[in-house]
Amino acid sequence: MAALNLLTTKGLSRNFGGLWAVHNVDFELPEGQVRALIGPNGAGKSTFVGLLCGRIPASSGSVQFDGRDVTALPAHKRIALGMAYTFQITSIFAKLSLWENVALAVRRKHHGDANAVEGGVKAALSRVGLADRADQLAGDLSYGHQRLLEIAMGLGQQPRLLILDEPTQGLAESEVDDFKKLVRNLAGETTVLLIEHNMDVVMDTADMITVLNFGEVLAEETPETIRDNSAVQAAYLGTG
Amino acid sequence: MSAAAKSVWLHGGVITLLFALQFVLPAYHHGNLARIMVLAVYAMGYNMLFGYTGLLSLGHALFFAAGMYGLGLTIAFLDFAPSPALLSGIISALIVSAVVGFLALRTTGVAFMIVTLMFAQAGFLTILLFGEYTRGDEGFVIQQPERVLAGIDLTTPGNRYFAALILFSVCLIITARVVQTPFGKVLIAIRENEDRARMLGYDVLRHKLIAVIISGTMSGAAGAAYALLFGYVGASFAAVQYSIFPLLWVLLGGAGTTIGPLVGTIFMFYLIDLSSGLTSAYMLIAGVTLVLLTLFARQGLVGELRKRALPWLP
Repeated sequence: MAALNLLTTKGLSRNFGGLWAVHNVDFELPEGQVRALIGPNGAGKSTFVGLLCGRIPASSGSVQFDGRDVTALPAHKRIALGMAYTFQITSIFAKLSLWENVALAVRRKHHGDANAVEGGVKAALSRVGLADRADQLAGDLSYGHQRLLEIAMGLGQQPRLLILDEPTQGLAESEVDDFKKLVRNLAGETTVLLIEHNMDVVMDTADMITVLNFGEVLAEETPETIRDNSAVQAAYLGTG
Repeated sequence: MSAAAKSVWLHGGVITLLFALQFVLPAYHHGNLARIMVLAVYAMGYNMLFGYTGLLSLGHALFFAAGMYGLGLTIAFLDFAPSPALLSGIISALIVSAVVGFLALRTTGVAFMIVTLMFAQAGFLTILLFGEYTRGDEGFVIQQPERVLAGIDLTTPGNRYFAALILFSVCLIITARVVQTPFGKVLIAIRENEDRARMLGYDVLRHKLIAVIISGTMSGAAGAAYALLFGYVGASFAAVQYSIFPLLWVLLGGAGTTIGPLVGTIFMFYLIDLSSGLTSAYMLIAGVTLVLLTLFARQGLVGELRKRALPWLP
């Protein structure tokens, strides 16, 4: 039986001053899948996820989330429906403690229940290995740890769809390995959409890979078959 | 000790200290402190928006004046007793801040400053335009018989001090409580990183609007109390200086701290009071001190204290 689609886009497009950053994208993401979104620089990956979570309004087309048309909803309402988004350029509350950073992510769902918040914060911080730093100010962390905090804020929301925009950028190699394990652990409980340049991470974590090029879907395949796709090779390597 | 317990001790301590001071202060300073407490309520209202939500308004005199005229005009023309008049002042400020917030929050940053400034100027000019009723710049006096609230004559120094202390305490407790709630934490999140707060699923605009209303209503309560306790209503309280004062008090005392507004108001009040006793060029002394503080205590007095010694200060 085919899994239900958590997220569907139809003809999704975004035009920036005459240039189609994203053009006519039909995209389906089944519940529980880990999907990687790859493509050369400027392929429209970040714009595409921006359209999904409402940071960028669509020029045309529609976004359906959990069986509901969310195209007209502002970002915060889509997040409230169960999306979570981690920024490509680290965006945390630098002057607040790690605990408070994650608590802000957790609290929206557990309004007023201090124990649930405490538990949620601990769980999210432990998962990325930052539990012993809960009282530090987020701004004092190294860049790599800030990336992990950003992921913890995503996890803390217990989202149905977790969108990660280049999460491993700036991580040390050992941290990248931990990240891979983390994503594999999430598989099954959360649907993950991962923008990633590190092909190692993509090959080891993704169930399916979507390749964007010039704002359009170039290919959608499993990690096993995508290596042999000549169109993908051409887009990446400039051959053909 | 937990953050909540420390908060109770700190704020309880401040209120107790202010209560005790009335028995030891000489008459002159006793009167000053009553005035300072009411102005500190204004500063606390301003701090809710500026210090905790990160929105810089240049038009809070409009809310202060809404409270003041909401009380003064209903006493003068509708023969309201002091308590309904006080309520009318507070409700006026609530309505004005809801309308101004709804419109001004379509803008951000510098535009928000300009729009709030323009609203306040429009309010000031409206008061002058209806000079027949408001007596404009000259203002009008609220007579002693109209300042007896629930049998308590607010024209005597002791009662006046006590009334100011009650208003101050209520507003301090509200502030301390709000910033501990999840709602208050979201305001701080918006101040620190608005985009992040939005992408955590919080309705940023709604939170900002509620912050403007709390801030404006508290400022209006200060305006109404000022008129009731000191018996005068005038357009100068709606002028641009009265929008700048709370900004200065809060900056000096420490934006985003609960007791900073009180400390800043006391500091500025006595800075001018003491320097004017020394020289006629007292504004020069006040100005230089302000410049030095801005250079060397960027977070304000309480803010620096928090940074250097007491990181738990709310």
